[in-house]
This record gives sequence, structure tokens and C-alpha cells, in this order.
Amino acid sequence: MSAATVLNAAEPVEAFLEQEKEKGLLRFTTAGSVDDGKSTLIGRLLYDSRSVYEDQLESVTKASVGRNAGAIDFSLLTDGLRAEREQGITIDVAYRYFATPRRKFIIADTPGHEQYTRNMVTGASTADLAIILVDARKGLLPQSRRHAYISSLLGLSQLVIAVNKMDLVDYDSRVFHAIEQDFRHFLGRFHSIDSYFVPISALRGDNVVTRSSNMRWFAGPSLLEYLETVPVGNRARTASFRFPVQRVVRPDQEFRGYAGTVVSGAVSKGEEVIVLPSGRQTRIVGIHTFDGDLETAQAGQAITLTLEEEIDISRGDMLALPDDLPHVADSIKATLVWLSEKPANLGGRYRLKHTTRQQWASIRRIDHRININTLDHESADALAMNEIGVVDIESARALMFDSYSTNRATGSFILIDEATNATVAAGLIAGAVSFESAAFDYPADVAWQMDAGKLILSLGGGADALGNPREPQTIHDPETLKALDSLLRRLGIAWKPNRKD
Amino acid sequence: MPTLSHLQQLEAESIHIIREVVAECAHPVLLYSIGKDSSVLLRLAQKALHPAPIPFPLLHIDTGYKFKEMIEFRDRYTAELGVKLIVHTNTKAHAEGANPFAWGTQRCCGALKTTALLDGLREGGFDAAIGGARRDEERSRAKERVFSFRDARGQWDPRNQRPELWSLYNSRIHAGESLRVFPLSNWTELDIWHYIHAENIPIVPLYFAKRRPMLVRGDSLLPVEQPFVPRLPGEEPQYVRCRMRSLGCSPCTGAIRSDADTVPRIIEELITFRRSERQNRVIDHDQDGSMELKKQEGYF
Ligand SMILES: Nc1nc2c(ncn2[C@@H]2O[C@H](COP(=O)(O)OP(=O)(O)OP(=O)(O)O)[C@@H](O)[C@H]2O)c(=O)[nH]1
Ligand SMILES: [Mg+2]
Repeated sequence: MSAATVLNAAEPVEAFLEQEKEKGLLRFTTAGSVDDGKSTLIGRLLYDSRSVYEDQLESVTKASVGRNAGAIDFSLLTDGLRAEREQGITIDVAYRYFATPRRKFIIADTPGHEQYTRNMVTGASTADLAIILVDARKGLLPQSRRHAYISSLLGLSQLVIAVNKMDLVDYDSRVFHAIEQDFRHFLGRFHSIDSYFVPISALRGDNVVTRSSNMRWFAGPSLLEYLETVPVGNRARTASFRFPVQRVVRPDQEFRGYAGTVVSGAVSKGEEVIVLPSGRQTRIVGIHTFDGDLETAQAGQAITLTLEEEIDISRGDMLALPDDLPHVADSIKATLVWLSEKPANLGGRYRLKHTTRQQWASIRRIDHRININTLDHESADALAMNEIGVVDIESARALMFDSYSTNRATGSFILIDEATNATVAAGLIAGAVSFESAAFDYPADVAWQMDAGKLILSLGGGADALGNPREPQTIHDPETLKALDSLLRRLGIAWKPNRKD
Repeated sequence: MPTLSHLQQLEAESIHIIREVVAECAHPVLLYSIGKDSSVLLRLAQKALHPAPIPFPLLHIDTGYKFKEMIEFRDRYTAELGVKLIVHTNTKAHAEGANPFAWGTQRCCGALKTTALLDGLREGGFDAAIGGARRDEERSRAKERVFSFRDARGQWDPRNQRPELWSLYNSRIHAGESLRVFPLSNWTELDIWHYIHAENIPIVPLYFAKRRPMLVRGDSLLPVEQPFVPRLPGEEPQYVRCRMRSLGCSPCTGAIRSDADTVPRIIEELITFRRSERQNRVIDHDQDGSMELKKQEGYF
């Protein structure tokens, strides 16, 4: 909370609370290379916006004695672990909260060290905006590039590039402009993301909360002014209606409801909905909450729905509108950010958690790895920790999804290691594996034929009348391929896709 | 449709978290500490599970040194809600004379809170403990996951936490391991009070200003409920109009001078505060990073 929000004695608290309610919320994350000053910046923002309590300040002022970071080492405000303070680095994400009269902020302060990139990904996954710090003396480093790329990958709509430690380069405008040019060049190479460049000194406070008199050549708003006013669209509000069923609620014989959060879009009482994956259609008869029934529910609301028909629905199923359905497939193409020391294992089994559905899945193919520096695609047969790659994933049951770029909630998943239960990957869905450009050899002991639009499969039919194995046959028709692929997999028959692309 | 307010967003996020625990964990329990955060947590649990009743029990770790008014409130309110309450006390340490003055705060907390909690969880066979801790309370709490993993000894390894992405929580554990789950992670102290006000949530009367007997030592006000709190020569309790900002054990929780006797007045007071709510708790300051150390050992 902001200790600075001083109440006018005459003003009733109710008015203050009303104003509180109107405030928007911005979630942002910091990023950048080790020692670029991320934690110092957050500490400075908290301090200058008077969101730090005196006793917290006293404890870091005491601890700062003997460290070479000026009177107060602001990083001590967010580096909450002893190991972090001892080493002077951030190891894990810290979440901090502050408010100004205009907005409330949730900040994720993330580590810059490459070893902890996974913690940066954690911070970015829930953020609307990222502040990428660049040390003015060092310019663009691989880690700044990596973090800018990850931010764009994770669908953040805004980037702020804060060129920090301007005090150490005599507040020289040329240094700032050179870095800006470099960075813009890099950003131009991937999908567009709005960016704002600002020269700051986190340590001294230049352009952090108030505009700096040391850099009169810079005309833009201070970092905080920018954060207070930058528009944040809520994409989930305008996206298609999606309701992953979280729990079936059956308190008694009378009531059978489906609890969950509307992750995107909106739905009203009386509307027709489709239940996936069964495809059954029914109607919403009630939208229930502890505080009473609703006519309409929108993105972000946690509700319980009752439906007209008694349909078999369980956790992990999804409700959507009939003319606006998600994709349903069990083979998906996705970008993985690998988070574990144990490399991604081709063919290995993982628990996949997507919306409220958990199931077994395996990595069938590694399409390519992305070189963070050049953004080039490289061929790879494994993904090591902190590497990013595009893969095909096959899940035991169908996934109901949208691409991550259209829907963060239904386009994201995590992979969990079977043995250690560690979260090993963050997944962003691109779409269903497409068969259009691929050709497959069918296994030699399987024969198939198309008969009046139906696929007929005979097992053990891979030999001719004399018992000689048939030559593998290549199938080119995409629809047939798709049907055959899903049939074989459902039957548990291993077969190797042999792609031509 | 108006966008969801900040509080509505927080509420929905907490409900989602509580529902995930109930859906994915076999034997959850709610750690009930009787304070304002616990009151909010209980209301959120009701909302998450409505129209069904709360299916999991509440576990209160009673050190034996909680304020009398807390225990009265606990018994009355949980009975009213019709929830199952389990009270666990480290009776052995108690019998051995554990108190913060005889044993020192670290050893006393270790026995009456940490050991008691771990024993209570083990005895109940609970695999997930839902707690009301907030990240804005203390800087090591700011580091903790919403679904926070504990090894078979109940310990937290802050340097090796599972990445927690989007709202996809990883609840998978092996037998003997457990989770602590914090649905209020993103709430601030002001949010809590705002919500208590908006929802009219019952809280322990100790939060409201009233004349109470206190040992007055400079700026500190020490409650005199326990006979073992040592007095200075000739020191007598004085009646002071005061209230508690956070609730713990009476010998280790200082009061603050205050006239705030309603929730709006508390909020009014809160927004002019210059010091944090844990300031009045002796135990958080007994050494650098003391909260982190306690948490590693299994403290709530
Ligand atoms: N001169 C100067 N020093 C700064 C500035 N900002 C940060 N520093 C110093 O740079 C060092 C690193 O700062 P941190 O805030 O810990 O850096 P960080 O980016 O959080 O580092 P990691 O989290 O470990 O990646 C500290 O010694 C800071 O005092 C600045 O604007 N000017
Ligand atoms: Mg840092």
C-alpha cells in the first residue's frame, strides 16, 4: 500500500475507498542483465513514491553501512533472502505492491543472472509490461536481448527500456541514443511490441519519479509518470468466451453446478453453450455466486454455472459458445521455454497442465531451437535449461485451446517432471500440428483403405498373401493422414511420422 | 459491463486458488490464526465453495498465549459458520515451561508454533495447508510462491522453488511432502481492510480501540494478560486507549495508541501510518532474516 496516500482530514473515508475502487491495476516485471540495477530501481520507486515504511527503511539503512551503494542500498528492500543480500544479487522473483493516486501496481522483481532466467519467465508470465534495464556503460547485452525476446514471446504488450546508471556516463545523451538505436534495431526483428526508452539513474533517482534536471535534453515523462498513464488493454475481455470447468459442485441431489473462472469473454444466462470435448450443446440456466445470481459473467470472474441438461461434465472440460469454439486436438505445436537442469527429453513423458486439465503428454519432435542472440532457428535434438524451442507435443487426451497470441489463458501450459514433480517447461501453443505439408509412411504391419469416405484399418495386414511384408506406402491426402494418425495413436500403435517439410 | 475493480480481481484470484486446492489436493486444511487475514480467508473459502459448505477442517495452532478475546472469537465464529475446528497445542513444551521470557522468543516460537504446526499437520495427515500470509507483510514472504512446496520434513527451500507461471499451479507432490497455499499472496494490508469493510466481515474486537490495561514503556504498550511478563520495579498497568494492528501471542504483540474504533477509522489511520504492521511484533526482528529462517524450518 502507499503510505503516502494521505487522507484529507475532512474527507470521509468512504470517498477515499470509492476512489481506491476506481484505480486501475498494472502488473509489471523488471528484466535485464545482472547488476543492471533492477532491484535498486524498484527500491527507488517504492521509496520515492513513499511506499516504504520507516521501520523497513531503518532496517535496510542499518544493513547498507559498509556497502558501496550510496546512503541506502535500495536493492535490500526487495532482495528478501539472506543469500541474496550476502551475494548482492537477486536469485528469485520478489513481488512488491505500491499505489499512487492514479494506479495500483504489482511488481515482479526478477533476477538478471542467466542461471535464473526461469524466474524471469515466472515474473513475466503474469505481467502486462516489462521494464528492461540496460547499464549505460555496457549497452545491449545478450541477457537484455533474451529478456526482450521472452517478454514479447510471453505476450506482454509494452516494453520500457530504461537505460540506467546514466550518472556514470555523465548523463551523456549520445550514450542513451546509441543504446536506443541498437535496441530498436533488435526489437524490429520480432513481432511488434510498443516500447518506451527512458534514461535514468536508479541510484540517484533521475527520471524515476520526477524528471531529472541532469538530463534536460530528454523531454519524455519520467518512468513513474509513464507507468501511471500507459494504457493497458485487457485482451481477455474482448476474447472469445472460455470457461474451463474447475470443479463439479454437488452439495445435494437438487444442485449440480460447475465452478470455474471465466478466463476470457463473457456469457449470459439463457445462452447456448457447447461442452468440450464431448461437443454436447446445452443452455446456461444460472450464474451463481455467494453474493447472489448474475445475469452476465465476464472475464476474470469466479462463478458457478448450472446447465439445462444433465450432461456428463468433469474437471478439465471447457464451455464455449457454439459459433466461437476453441481448437480441439491432441497434437499441438508449441514454443517451450525449458526451465529445468534436466534437458527436454524427446519422447519422454511429462504431466501437462493446461487450464484445469492435467494429463500425460510427450514431446514428439523438436522442430528447432531459437538462438536468442540472432533469433535464428537452429536444429536441435534436446533443449537445455533456459533454452527456447518449437516442438510438437502429443497429449493423451484432447486439449481445448487457442493460440497463445489470441488467448493467454487457453494458450498456455506447463510441463511437470514425472519423477521429481518439478515444473520443467512453460509452453505457449501455436496451433494444432498440421498435416498439410507432411507425408507419412504407415507402419508395415498396418493396412488401410478408404471406403466411401471411411477409413478402414486392418491390423497385421501389412503382409501380402504370401507373407511378404508390404512396402511402406506414402499417404499424401492430408485428411486421410490426419484420420490415420489419430486412429493409430488411439490404438496405441507407435508410428513414425516421416515429414517432407 | 464495468471492468472488475482491483478488489474484485483479487477476490476472484483467491477463489480460483482455493478451488484448485480442493480439486487437486487429497487432504487440505485451512490454517486458522484468528486474525484479520484469517477472517478474510474464511470468507473467500465460503465464496469459493458456495453453495456447498467448506469441506476441509480449520487448524488452529494454539500456543496457549493467545489473547482471551481471540479464543472467544474463534470458538463463537467457527461454530456460527459450522466449520470443523482442530486445535493443536505443543503440550509437552508447555509443560516444560515454554514462554518467551524463560526460553527466549526464538526457542519459544520454534516449539509452540513451528513444531506444533508440523506435528498438527502430520497428525491430521494433511497434504496442503491453506494460509493467510501476504507477500507485502515481510520481504522473505515477498519471495514465496502461491503453491509453495515443502519437503518431507516440512521445510522450505527458498533457493529452489518451482517456477510458477500464469495461474497454472503445480500441486504435485510425493507421499510425505506437502504444500502451503497462499490465496492472499497479492493482497496488501489496505486491501484486507477495504474488503473487511466492504463485506462486513467479523473480526476480533482487539483490532478496535478501547481502554485496555497496558505496561507503558516509552512508545511501547505491552499487554498484561500473562502473569509471567516481567515488570519493572514499581511498574503497574495503566489504562490506555489502544488497539492491536496484528494479532499474535499476547506477550509478544504490542498495542498501538489509537482512537480507531470502527473499520473506516482503522482505514483512515492505516493510510497515514509510517510504520509496518509487523513492527509491533517482537519475534520478526530477533535476528537478520529471522522470518526467512523460521519459514525454512516450517514456520507458517
Ligand atoms: N552509479 C549507479 N549505480 C547503480 C545504479 N543503479 C544500480 N546501481 C548499482 O549497481 C549494483 C547492482 O544493482 P542491483 O539493483 O542489485 O542490480 P540488479 O539488476 O537487481 O541485479 P540482479 O538482480 O542480481 O540481476 C548495485 O551496487 C547498485 O548500487 C545507478 O543508477 N547508478
Ligand atoms: Mg536484483
